[in-house]
Amino acid sequence: MNLLESYLVISSILFSLGIFGIVTRRNAIAILMGIELILNSANINFVAFNRFGGMHKLDGHIFTIFVIVLAAAEAAVALAIIINLFKNAGSVDVDEANTLKG
Amino acid sequence: MDNSTLFALLILFLPFTAFLYQLFFGKKLGAQTHLVSLGIMGIVLALSLGFFFQLFNHDLTGPILDVSGEWFSTGAFTLELGFYIDKVTIIMLMVVSLISFLVHLYSTAYMKDDPRYSRYFAFLGLFTFSMNGIILSNSLIMMYLFWELVGLSSYLLIGFWFEKNSAANACKKAFLTNRVGDIGMFIGMLLIFFTVGTFSINGITGAVTNGAFEGNMQLLSIAGVLVFMGAVGKSAQFPLHIWLPDAMEGPTPVSALIHAATMVAAGVYMTVRIFPFLTPDALQVVAVIGGITALGAALIAITQMDIKAVLAYSTISQLGYMIMALGVGAYQAGFFHLVTHAMFKACLFLCSGSVIHAMHHSLHHLGDHHTDPQDMGNMGGLKSKMPITYTAMLIATLAISGVPFFSGFLSKDAILAGTLSYYHTYHGWTIFLPIAGFGAAMVTAFYMFRLIFKTFHGKPVKPEIHEHVHESPLAMTAPLIVLSVLSLAVVFTLPQINPLDGHGWFAHAVGNGAHAAGLDIKHVNDGIHHAHHDAMNISLIVATLGILVSSLFYLFKIVNVEKLTSILNLIGLYSLSKNKFYIDAIYNALLYKPFMWFSKLASTIDWDIYDQKIVDGWGWITMKISVKSQEADYNWLDQKIVDGFGRFANYFGNELRTTQSGVVQNYLMGGIVGLVAIILIFQQF
Repeated sequence: MNLLESYLVISSILFSLGIFGIVTRRNAIAILMGIELILNSANINFVAFNRFGGMHKLDGHIFTIFVIVLAAAEAAVALAIIINLFKNAGSVDVDEANTLKG
Repeated sequence: MDNSTLFALLILFLPFTAFLYQLFFGKKLGAQTHLVSLGIMGIVLALSLGFFFQLFNHDLTGPILDVSGEWFSTGAFTLELGFYIDKVTIIMLMVVSLISFLVHLYSTAYMKDDPRYSRYFAFLGLFTFSMNGIILSNSLIMMYLFWELVGLSSYLLIGFWFEKNSAANACKKAFLTNRVGDIGMFIGMLLIFFTVGTFSINGITGAVTNGAFEGNMQLLSIAGVLVFMGAVGKSAQFPLHIWLPDAMEGPTPVSALIHAATMVAAGVYMTVRIFPFLTPDALQVVAVIGGITALGAALIAITQMDIKAVLAYSTISQLGYMIMALGVGAYQAGFFHLVTHAMFKACLFLCSGSVIHAMHHSLHHLGDHHTDPQDMGNMGGLKSKMPITYTAMLIATLAISGVPFFSGFLSKDAILAGTLSYYHTYHGWTIFLPIAGFGAAMVTAFYMFRLIFKTFHGKPVKPEIHEHVHESPLAMTAPLIVLSVLSLAVVFTLPQINPLDGHGWFAHAVGNGAHAAGLDIKHVNDGIHHAHHDAMNISLIVATLGILVSSLFYLFKIVNVEKLTSILNLIGLYSLSKNKFYIDAIYNALLYKPFMWFSKLASTIDWDIYDQKIVDGWGWITMKISVKSQEADYNWLDQKIVDGFGRFANYFGNELRTTQSGVVQNYLMGGIVGLVAIILIFQQF
């Protein structure tokens, strides 16, 4: 097993955990955390490919920084939504947020 | 347009305007509606007189008018219509317009109180229009057009009292019998047209003179006989004569105008017109047909009891004379007889109409509606009651019997001379023609005087009817007087007044005719001239004999007629004549019955078999198939397949809706499972 593969395995595990979190959790905050995990697994991939996959200079690094910035923005918006949800429904359980269902 | 053309157009179309007027506005004047027709016929008569006086212009040679205009052109050929007026045309025009006028006048009294008074005058106008068309036309095709029109007007007038079954049948019979002749005429015309390329009579004569049929005279003979077939139908010659006696179902003035004087003479007129290009062979056929008709019809007339039937057979017989005359080349004699016959036969018919009218009124007065007013068996002794009618009829009878001083003598004599001369030229079987001629002359004298004696002489058979008979009104007697005067010989021979010599203005105007197809007309006329004296002597003898026998039988009653009849009937002679030589019965058996049998057979096949079995069978099968197909459609296609799709969709939809829970995580789960599945599948490749 070379170094790239071990990075990819780590990122796959993180990605799977993130998916698992999103699919199984009822708590909106836990789902948000799953999304963060998926984003970070992608970041690991970027950096690993930049280091071992023949990409030149700092392309991967820059993408990673962009992703972190976007993740911060996303987290801010998502938490705002969750707070509003909590205010309206009295809970952060996503199963409860079904008022649009016909 | 010069005056002659204008006058010709007026003569042709004025009667047509009378027709249109009576047809559309006939009710306006009510019982006076005849004034319009009478006025128009008066104008036509005056115009004809205008032409007539041109006959005496001695500088005149050749036609007075010969114009034609294009009718239509198809590129390959052009059809032209036009007028041709020569002296023969003028005399014929004069005859038709005079008799038409007199018959119009006569009808005002005869047809009075008829519910279809204006229609009657409309038809008379239509007839006069079409007859003038025949006379004026310069081509066979135009003649044919008007030929059919006179056929139509004859049909309409024979069937004028169509409530009577016999009249309705008679008009159909007349029309259909004429069709047979007309088909022949049309084929003949086309045969000629395809050889010479024109329908114009002068054009055809010219082409024949120039040898258009050189080496192919049989074709011209056949074409000539075929065209002549038209005349056989229209002029009621054997074997197509059967319609004319039935045509007496029409009003009597119509019989006088159409079925005695003019329309039936149209066949003779047409033969006169085509005479120049009838080959000697064709003329022989013409002569034989004329001879058979002249003698046969005269023999039938002997035993008829209906006054109009006697006159009808007499007409057929006299037309046979004219045809025979043309056949033997006696052109002038044939046309002369046409004109004299028109006068005295119209007179005879109008006289018989006068008698019938009087009888009818008497019967009406007695309230008797079953006795036949036309049956001579109910008449007798009318002489004292109807003196004018009697005198007129006697003069006309003397004329038709061929007694000197009367017109019939001259024309018949000329015809008989023609037949004798024909026999002198050809010998052999042609002796039939003079025998037929003289025989018919004797028989004619016999049966005409039989008619006179039975009607006017002796004691009244039924005194109560005789009691109420009165002379007819002036409108009816005036035409009788005019026509009986015109039956005198001197009218036709002026300035010559010798009653035994026929050379006068008429002979001068008509001439001896011309011939283009191989008949030596000069030779024929020399022969006629030589035979003239013999013919005159024999015809005087036979006429005297006929009148004598007739007076012995019917005036003095020396011979017991019933006994003689039963003796003759031992060999069936009386029945033969009474039943018209069984010709109608033969046609009935040979043509009518097989035809009806065939029609019935065709009807059976069509209705019972084809319609009932095959067509209805198809219907039945279709119905059965439809029921099955409807069942299959409903039970299978509709219920199973169409509804099945519906139920399937319904069921599936119901099942699938449970998966749409609204829980995003479930969808995501599904998406991921699907993604993994796709990845796993694509890894295999």
